[in-house]
Amino acid sequence: MIDISKFSIKDARLSLERKEFSARELVQASLDAIKKKDQDIKAFLEVFDDVEEQADEADKKLKEGESASRRMPLLGIPVAVKDNMLVEGKRATAGSKILEGFIAPEDSTAVKKLREAGAIILGRTNMDEFAMGSSTENSAYGVTKNPHDLLRVPGGSSGGSSAAVASGLVLAALGSDTGGSIRQPAAFCGVIGLKPTYGRVSRSGLIALASSLDQIGPFTKTIADAEILFDVIKGQDRFDSTTVSEETYPVPRKFAKVIGVPQDFVEREGMDQSVINNFKEVVNKFKSLGYEIKNIELPHIKYSLSAYYIIMPAEASSNLARFDGVKYGLHKEGKNVIEDYFQTRGEGFGKEARRRIILGTYVLSSGYYDEYYGNALKMKRVITEELNEAFGHIDLILTPTTPTPAFKIGEKMSDPLSMYLADIFTVPANIAGLPSISVPSGFVNTEGKMLPLGIELTAGQGREDNLFIAGKDFLGEVS
Amino acid sequence: MDKEKVLKMAILARIKLADEEAESLTGEFNTILNYVGEVNNVSSNSLEKMQKKDTHISANKMREDNNPHESGLYTKKILEEAPLKEGNYIKVKKIL
Repeated sequence: MIDISKFSIKDARLSLERKEFSARELVQASLDAIKKKDQDIKAFLEVFDDVEEQADEADKKLKEGESASRRMPLLGIPVAVKDNMLVEGKRATAGSKILEGFIAPEDSTAVKKLREAGAIILGRTNMDEFAMGSSTENSAYGVTKNPHDLLRVPGGSSGGSSAAVASGLVLAALGSDTGGSIRQPAAFCGVIGLKPTYGRVSRSGLIALASSLDQIGPFTKTIADAEILFDVIKGQDRFDSTTVSEETYPVPRKFAKVIGVPQDFVEREGMDQSVINNFKEVVNKFKSLGYEIKNIELPHIKYSLSAYYIIMPAEASSNLARFDGVKYGLHKEGKNVIEDYFQTRGEGFGKEARRRIILGTYVLSSGYYDEYYGNALKMKRVITEELNEAFGHIDLILTPTTPTPAFKIGEKMSDPLSMYLADIFTVPANIAGLPSISVPSGFVNTEGKMLPLGIELTAGQGREDNLFIAGKDFLGEVS
Repeated sequence: MDKEKVLKMAILARIKLADEEAESLTGEFNTILNYVGEVNNVSSNSLEKMQKKDTHISANKMREDNNPHESGLYTKKILEEAPLKEGNYIKVKKIL
């Protein structure tokens, strides 16, 4: 019996090459774990019916020996993808009823790159509808549970992917992060979650929430694995004109182990004492590892969440206009064409989607545009400048990933603003397009359950490498 | 924001909204808008500094409009997803 939870991608690849087990056996171990545990956790919306064929194909290539292995860093590795990334010939719903019955006509670029690297696309994972949420409670297809405490949320919106990796159902998974949707669930579930620099990973075939903020990234158990997946999925893509090349960001300074902590921002209201204590320990650990800790002032960073909750709904209201019951997905009959739209969108979108589309319509509407959307864009640029300037004299910014450990299912559903505040530390990296990673930093005993906590490291544009170095140092991973 | 405004926005967004939902959304929107209104707090000093710089984020990327794929290559695949169709067309109700 292979225990998926004990294997990193790196270890599993070694075992596959040494013929200790086959890709077929590895996939079977995933399927068995899903059968055993996923009835409770509900991380997967679908396990694909062709995984065994994909595994056989991988085994055939593994027999070809070293050359295929070197070319394909994920050969034989089962990977799950969030349900907003298209997988050719498979259903894709983005957690919404409005995409009921939709079959993806092509692969998203990220999935295509996974396939080219030899990965087995195992299935699609649950998410908040259109990635709108921080708990995976907004899915039209049921709530995913936190594997550390089934009464609590796994975080969101990529909660299915984080719970699947945390509970050993799959070796790694992809998620998407618009305001923290990879890093926050990674922290809540005790795994690693990376949001790359905006533009490093193609968004082609990713169902859009807010196009200027969305970015695809991996969930893994080790930093080395996050690096492997990132290297596979990154790269310029002619189907996404916002993708950047390796040369886009010049290297501004040599990595000198200098970490900035925005103390004023971290010491805010609503912080759980366990998070504050854990953060102090983390700072001391970095000091003992030879890192210099500097207190930095970022006067505008506290406005990131406000800018985010204007820009994101504005872009969402525009992006989601395409769901009209005409081209694909759900169609509800009305008396005439316009009634069709009202019926389809009224019934197809869930509550949070309706809330954000209407809010987005408001902040873009005549008379309010300058006050909200215009000012939010100005704020976005000021925050970006402020952060870019900071990275002239520091290598990384360190904060907790979340202000609290995982909260209870239902706890924040009736108070949208309190739910939005769960993203306070993750949103700045999206606003400024910076790479950012959540790394497990310990556990806190809450009502008899050990709940994971995470810390967040953010680097300058294009400097994922600094995140990997510091992450490995922190976790004691040998590179 | 009042209920009338919420209902008007819902019409602009083509979303059928029940009266009670408009009611509860009104309260929520006021709380949210009250919070996000702080985006006005950009210091004029920072604004000035910012206007002098051109950041990557707002740069346009252009390409030639050329090399189209062969016409009709994806028609069948894409039409398969349409809820209503007739022949090689997506079907909608009469507009005029």
